[in-house]
Amino acid sequence: MLNAVIPLLLDSLASAALIFFAAVGLTLVFSVLRVLNVAHGSLYSIGGYVAASICLFIASRQLNPYWSFLALLFSAVCVAAIFGPLIERGLVRWTYGKSEAVQILITFGLFLILEDLQRVIFGVQSFYEDAPMRLLGTTAIGGVVYLNYQILLIGMALLVVIGLRLLINHTRLGRLITAVVTDREMAQSIGIDTNRIFILAFSLGVFLAALGGALATPTSGIAPGLGADTMVLAFAVAAIGGLGQIEGAALASLIVGLARVLAIYLAPSLDAVAPYAAMLVVLLIRPYGLFGSVAARRI
Amino acid sequence: MMRTITAAAAVLVLALLPVAAPWLQFVLTLAIAKGFAALGVAVLLRAGLISIGHAMFFAASAYAVAFLARAGVNDLGLLLILSVLGGALVGAIAGSFLVRYRAIFFAMLNLAVSMVFYALCAKLYGVTGGTDGIPVPVPAVFGVVLGEPAFKSVLFYFSLGLMMLVGLAVERYLNSPLGHALSAVHTNEIRLEYLGIPVWAVLLIAYVVSAALAGLGGAIAGLAIGRVVPDFAFWTASGHLVLIAVLGGIGGVLGAFIGALFLELLHSAAVTVTDSWNLIVGTTLIIVIIFMPQGIYGLFARKEATSL
Repeated sequence: MLNAVIPLLLDSLASAALIFFAAVGLTLVFSVLRVLNVAHGSLYSIGGYVAASICLFIASRQLNPYWSFLALLFSAVCVAAIFGPLIERGLVRWTYGKSEAVQILITFGLFLILEDLQRVIFGVQSFYEDAPMRLLGTTAIGGVVYLNYQILLIGMALLVVIGLRLLINHTRLGRLITAVVTDREMAQSIGIDTNRIFILAFSLGVFLAALGGALATPTSGIAPGLGADTMVLAFAVAAIGGLGQIEGAALASLIVGLARVLAIYLAPSLDAVAPYAAMLVVLLIRPYGLFGSVAARRI
Repeated sequence: MMRTITAAAAVLVLALLPVAAPWLQFVLTLAIAKGFAALGVAVLLRAGLISIGHAMFFAASAYAVAFLARAGVNDLGLLLILSVLGGALVGAIAGSFLVRYRAIFFAMLNLAVSMVFYALCAKLYGVTGGTDGIPVPVPAVFGVVLGEPAFKSVLFYFSLGLMMLVGLAVERYLNSPLGHALSAVHTNEIRLEYLGIPVWAVLLIAYVVSAALAGLGGAIAGLAIGRVVPDFAFWTASGHLVLIAVLGGIGGVLGAFIGALFLELLHSAAVTVTDSWNLIVGTTLIIVIIFMPQGIYGLFARKEATSL
């Protein structure tokens, strides 16, 4: 039984790690800007498209395939640098202080625009470029073969959790972010440039989502509709962990990953239901999520 | 008085349009169906509650029509009544625990419930036919068996009639103390409780009404399209319903239908020119929300229009 479960476990942990990238960005943006960005999933798929394009370019020019690892990171940085400031300044900032309905609708409009833009630019066929995954090869332990790339994904997710925690607790920028999250008006009145923090935090969120998308392309490819699927999964994970909670999002993606394994093992046809069912159960018992608190939001 | 005349003229134009351009009949039937569902969303928006999950009730009733037809129910009226009751029942069950939540939590939980529903529809192949969906046969109308083109015409005029009847009923509901309590929940919920009005009951009634409206829309859409698929319940479909409600304006009953008509007509005009239909809708939505928060309806009715 263990031999059957462990590859399954690794598989769902790897996919949970990818969802975690999207969810942690969503949660970060929500805690700093207090806006739930419905278009977040599209940025994940844009990251994927850009990464796949660059990787295919590398393959077509017969450059050293190891460049494609750098390409994954580079594409996420590009997407964040272009879309982060553009969306925050151009659109999201008009929704500050408005009701949730307005915020959700405006970002839903953005979601529709981004989904179609991807269709126009990248077409409707699916992209698939698995060079980074093939390069890393496999490991066999006890007769079971593992993809090293999946282990890399899980490691990256752990690195992001630790990195974000270090950023927020031990850097000047992190303290500024914490100040803005705790009390926006007070932060403003002591001279913190909140607009700058908003741009940075939003771009960081975009970066994480795009990185997730970029890392996902070698394993599962990318096709239209990925943005919408990712959005709602990221949403589920962020909500389970408690909106605004980084460690919460990490724990929640673990829960979602495990729920999926359990579902595949017990009722294979229901694996797609598992994340939403987990979200429903958690939210009904603790609507503010596992780590969230009713009163003050902390980061 | 002026409004009654305008509304009557608008309905007359709608009724005559398919005579002039037969291809419009399907578009208009679908627009009315979505108008019902958007009206349901608009009822909840009055109380400040945004639901990104109402496509679930839309789909629930559409599936109910398909299941009932499979079980041998073969009458348009009976199908509509039973399926709307089904949608309302699902709404009562979901609403009984969902109306305890507010703001973003309400939105998230509606999304969660609807996505569980969507995933079940897509995965339970034996019951729902999976992503292939279930065909909806042409039912008889009051015992008269019709061919498909004739039935589609009957369905259109039937929907048009329902639009007026249900529209008037919802308007009465919104103008009753129960309806005004919804706006009061939006303004100040605690004040309402101090007045001795059970907020929970007010919202549950609104939720069931909105689910029934979404269900009616879904049942009509299922019959018009002739097939029910899980995508009816996907979260983007819910988003579109909210979009229609806000585009039209949540101030009055007319808003939802104006929004739906505007969007469906724009859609059929746009597809002849471009594939990037969502690009246009998304941009329109953002412009409407930022520059005219009272929606298209707000252009006509300055006084009563409600903004988000």
